[in-house]
Amino acid sequence: MVTVRHENLPATDAKMRTTDVNVYYGDKQAIDSVSIDIPSQYVTAFIGPSGCGKSTFLRSLNRMNDTIPSARVEGTIELEGDDIYRSGMDVVQLRARVGMVFQKPNPFPKSIYDNIAYGPKIHGLAEGKDALDAIVEKSLTRAGLWNEVKDRLDESGTALSGGQQQRLCIARAIAVDPEVILMDEPCSALDPIATAKIEELIDELTGRYAIVIVTHSMQQAARVSQRTAFFHLGKMVEYGATEDIFTNPIEERTKDYITGRYG
Amino acid sequence: MMDHTVKAFDEDITRLRGLIAEMGGLAEVAVHEAIDAMVRGDKKLGDEVVARDKKLDALETEVDKLAVRIIALRAPLADDLREVIAALKIAGVVERIGDYAKNIAKRVSRIEKRQHFEPLTLLPTMAELAAEMVHDVLTAYAARDPELALEVIAADNKVDAFYDSIFRNLVSHMVEDPKTISTAAQLLFVAKNIERIGDHATNVAEMVHFAATGDYPPDDDS
Repeated sequence: MVTVRHENLPATDAKMRTTDVNVYYGDKQAIDSVSIDIPSQYVTAFIGPSGCGKSTFLRSLNRMNDTIPSARVEGTIELEGDDIYRSGMDVVQLRARVGMVFQKPNPFPKSIYDNIAYGPKIHGLAEGKDALDAIVEKSLTRAGLWNEVKDRLDESGTALSGGQQQRLCIARAIAVDPEVILMDEPCSALDPIATAKIEELIDELTGRYAIVIVTHSMQQAARVSQRTAFFHLGKMVEYGATEDIFTNPIEERTKDYITGRYG
Repeated sequence: MMDHTVKAFDEDITRLRGLIAEMGGLAEVAVHEAIDAMVRGDKKLGDEVVARDKKLDALETEVDKLAVRIIALRAPLADDLREVIAALKIAGVVERIGDYAKNIAKRVSRIEKRQHFEPLTLLPTMAELAAEMVHDVLTAYAARDPELALEVIAADNKVDAFYDSIFRNLVSHMVEDPKTISTAAQLLFVAKNIERIGDHATNVAEMVHFAATGDYPPDDDS
């Protein structure tokens, strides 16, 4: 079974490209031959029922699966043409270029300032306090959090509200000047207003970073993304422009899933 | 088609389709009876057609409310979304078809010397064609059948041809005998109304095609 690809898609620059990617957990195959280009100027949404492999595939894009001993990745995943699974690849550097935001906000138990400054410091992106201050301000501003926290940068990141914590995590990802931001259900633990703020933020960041988002909310995928891939049983079933996927999907399984008929 | 996991969603969609079917049935009957009343000079039947149009208006309002409710509560997508949007538009068009039937019915009492007036014998055949389009397009809607919708669109040419022929016929009557001008003018409106019913059935067919396939039918410039 190959992926059904909508033919009306304009050519885009592929920031990342995966070719025939298989992911295994031990003997179990979680991802089956997925090939996709992640365009640099768009938000790409991965949707699909629980267990379809979308999060596994997302995590393989910055080698987050390396932390799981039984996980094995086949095929090639390239970032700007460079195979990220090649030997000698600096994984820490890779994860700075391909940042990640998780389902539950996970700020470091440090000050708001240090949450942002930590990455740039260890990656040597800032020389001196002034440069670091500038990065902190710029990152928090881009994440739409600056005005809410500028007077209490010394307070603990964990003292912020859930939505603010998530924006702090996005600011933290932005601080190391990534090229790609992966988001794994970034709003599932947030209330509707905090969710709307994250979605607005994603909109603002679109174009500056290639963004990939895994979401269980179909409406969220429809709202924030320009490209949508539907995963089912480890395969990428259909890929196309988001508005086409949500108004006129080609594959029956895609249609059944997004219209609430699946299962 | 597979059922929705949320049963109430299916119930809403079924109810919406039921309302459209009911509207279509009423509109089709209204077209038949309006012409029947016109041909036989049956003013009572004409009045009934006029009175029953209110029911169509009420059903359209009901479709509007239900469609808005479904969009608000169920956030329909893909074919569901197209179905709801199509239903919303179809209801408006079918209501218009009812208005044309009503307009025909209102003219019943304005026709004089209905015997020996040849165009009056052509109108029922034309109306029959238009009513059949209305009937078929609702069958296509019920069956989600884009092919039948295309047939309805093709049938509109026949109705248009009838209109041209009746138009010429009426004009020649007016030229030959100015005393017929008043009645002939009324019948011209009736013929025009029937022609518009055909156009609207075509519009519905386009929406049925859209709901079923996601695309509007290819443009036919006839």
